[in-house]
Amino acid sequence: MRKKKLVSLAFLMLLLLATALYGCSSDNASENTEGDSGDTEKSGDPKVLIFGRGGDSVSLDPIAVTDGESYKVTKNIFDTLVNFGEQDTEIHPGLATEWTAAEDGLTYTFTLEEGVKFHDGTDFNAEAVVANFERWAGGDADKFPYYGSMFGGFGDEEGHVIESVTATGDYEVEFKLKRPQAPFLKNLAMSSFGIASPAAIEAAGDKFGDAPVGTGPFKFVEWKRNDSITIEKNPDYWVEGEPKLDQVVFRSIPDNSARLNALLSGEIDLADGITPSDGATVEGNADLQLFERPSMNVGYLGLTTTREPFDDPKVRQAMNHAIDKQALVDAFFEGRGEVAKNPMPPVISGYNEDIEDYDYNPEKAKQLLAEAGLPDGFEMELYAMPVPRPYMPDGQKVAEAIQKNLADVGVTAKIVSFEWATYLEKAANGEADAFLLGWTGDNGDADNFLYVLLDQDNIGSNNYTYYKNQELHDILIEAQTEVDEDKRNELYKQAQVIIHEDAPWVPLAHSTPLLAGGKNVVDFKAHPTGSDKLASVDLK
Amino acid sequence: MLHYIGRRILQLIPVLLGMTFIVFLIIRAIPGDPAQVILGQQASEEAIKALRTTLGLDNPWYIQYFDYLKGLLTGDLGESLRTRTPVVDEVWPYLAATIELSVFAIIIAVIIGINAGIISAWFQNSWFDYLAMIIALIGVSMPIFWLGLMNQWIFSIELGILPTTGRENVRDPVDVITNFYVIDTLITGQFDQLSTVLKHLILPGTALATIPMAIIARMTRSSMLEVMRSDYVRTARAKGLKMFWVVYKHALKNAIIPVLTIIGLQMGLLLGGAILTETIFGWPGIGRYIYEAIGFRDYPVIQSGILIVAFIFVMINLFVDLLYGLIDPRIKYD
Repeated sequence: MRKKKLVSLAFLMLLLLATALYGCSSDNASENTEGDSGDTEKSGDPKVLIFGRGGDSVSLDPIAVTDGESYKVTKNIFDTLVNFGEQDTEIHPGLATEWTAAEDGLTYTFTLEEGVKFHDGTDFNAEAVVANFERWAGGDADKFPYYGSMFGGFGDEEGHVIESVTATGDYEVEFKLKRPQAPFLKNLAMSSFGIASPAAIEAAGDKFGDAPVGTGPFKFVEWKRNDSITIEKNPDYWVEGEPKLDQVVFRSIPDNSARLNALLSGEIDLADGITPSDGATVEGNADLQLFERPSMNVGYLGLTTTREPFDDPKVRQAMNHAIDKQALVDAFFEGRGEVAKNPMPPVISGYNEDIEDYDYNPEKAKQLLAEAGLPDGFEMELYAMPVPRPYMPDGQKVAEAIQKNLADVGVTAKIVSFEWATYLEKAANGEADAFLLGWTGDNGDADNFLYVLLDQDNIGSNNYTYYKNQELHDILIEAQTEVDEDKRNELYKQAQVIIHEDAPWVPLAHSTPLLAGGKNVVDFKAHPTGSDKLASVDLK
Repeated sequence: MLHYIGRRILQLIPVLLGMTFIVFLIIRAIPGDPAQVILGQQASEEAIKALRTTLGLDNPWYIQYFDYLKGLLTGDLGESLRTRTPVVDEVWPYLAATIELSVFAIIIAVIIGINAGIISAWFQNSWFDYLAMIIALIGVSMPIFWLGLMNQWIFSIELGILPTTGRENVRDPVDVITNFYVIDTLITGQFDQLSTVLKHLILPGTALATIPMAIIARMTRSSMLEVMRSDYVRTARAKGLKMFWVVYKHALKNAIIPVLTIIGLQMGLLLGGAILTETIFGWPGIGRYIYEAIGFRDYPVIQSGILIVAFIFVMINLFVDLLYGLIDPRIKYD
């Protein structure tokens, strides 16, 4: 009896084990664990690059979206008239081979690349460009948000910069502007203004974002929502020798650690959004390489200039002296970033090198506070960002460090945080005393930092500090229409001097976003805008 | 029986209606303007106003609520504010992904949990009993994200036998028919893909199964202990029936009813509570669909997502109630 009992127990245990191990045992070595990058090394096999990222795209119609995750894909499906440089925001030819601008800055004539075809087989020509601009100008802020904000409005609206777009030949397009717009070409290079096939737009209607058709290096294949987007080589791509890859799959893996795990196990070839603290892990792994994205952002502490005591410039300057920025960058950006002294990063033309930053000097801060009539300091609320962003990897910890810095000069800061949408709303309403926030540039132009973030026109939207200075406003408006690059840069330098004096912000850092990839990824160059063209990337 | 089912379904109506109302109110109590969130930091004042009007957010809340109910009655769950796609059209792949994962998890949890509970009861106070109950205790208190990441590290990076994330090998994708990948690979007869899909299920499946497995094991153990002490079990044993049959044929039948209730409840909880697992394992399920919708103040998606999950939860409970009668004919439905 006892023996039989044991036998049945053993049987049960076996059953248990078999169940638990079913999956493992059901398939053996005959099938490689996926991502075994050995697959791609064999000649003749298609070269598939798998790009792991934090989120899914919203839509693949580039003009309909404003989120970076959408552009990462559309940048590879669509071409723009002009392109940014490989790793900067200089303007290079794209679908337009060359262009001329009239002396007065009101007329631009583009000569287009001939023989280019959209993925649906229709021809790319001047008519197609006109059709795209007509579609955009005929829309509204709800449908095409970036068109309105970059070109001043839609259709007949007064602010709309573009008066007309006409085909002056099969491969020649003329733009007439109502007034000069200095960042005009940079705007055209933005991913949102990718040229789409007019025939496909007509056929797809509202569904164009699910089945995008452009002239780019890759064609759209399939989209499994929240999971993966697959694009494949466009064999007829008009740029000689590109693309090198046969297929690219964008996979969403929201958790940063899990994404790194997927890279370590070889399931993905490239991983976006590597946290600064994981940078060293990647560098220490012989199978991986680390990519640094040139910085085009700024993280800052905003001081709401309409709230006491920050309505006094002396207090704001005191805050600038009180915070040890270098320590913040070392501790929370793991040194991968640089201390900011201006509201825009040095890669942007017009950056003022000559500005001397407020040094970390608690004594000076106390003295300024005393001069402002606050010798005993004051109490304030400090908003800490609830979400990590490239310009602020850990808002909560940065806030705690700042809190300590402020305590040293007698200022008591209470850290508060809200869910992200609420946080932005409260900051936009001017409800915060001081808040952490940041900005990543759209088109690499100084206007996109200084005017957007600090001009009085943008109070209530992106000017969260409610900072207002008429002199600054005049300079920024003048710079918007100044076509002479040198004069324009001079204006922006002056603007930075004014902002430095008034100190509505404590600029903290320009961070370097990190990506990691397998050693087999060749020629990947991370673009400062955050969306990377993968046409010249190869796998070896 | 039919009468009973009919009555239960009728009872569902006020429950579901009440739920739509509560969810609707709670969502609108969250601060944050969807128009602002959709258009992003760059948006201008006028653009936001215009969008609010197109989305119908200008209307008083009760009008919005009745519009929503009217839509529901015609099978219209509203349109996602973010993707501008009807929720009905886009929800299925997410739901299927979660159902597949939950079913897999509950199968693991039931098989291992019930057997562990039985063996523990059978050999009460043995080393197995102690060990199983300690593991069960750890199981209920284990943070899923930690367990998930550790499993990825051990089984994917160190041992290289299981994939870390996702539902399939994207280099060799599954042909989607029903969106249940296990079924899809069976339909198309691709058995190597079936094994890949099963491998993808193991890590998230076991992570998700941990808590229900522990709860089921403990419940089965206590329920079995009670039944094993009853007269009919003693009689069966006295007759010389083999212990295995006594346990699995006679005792289990009576012990299983409370366990079944727990399984039903856990299944419902899995459906709605898989967000963490889905995030860590990059699983494109309904938990993440709703979670991301919250970040975007995508009201229709949040409302409909919660409603769908709640509906399934209620249906599972109904199904479990009906199962009682099949297992124990003494239970009558009047």
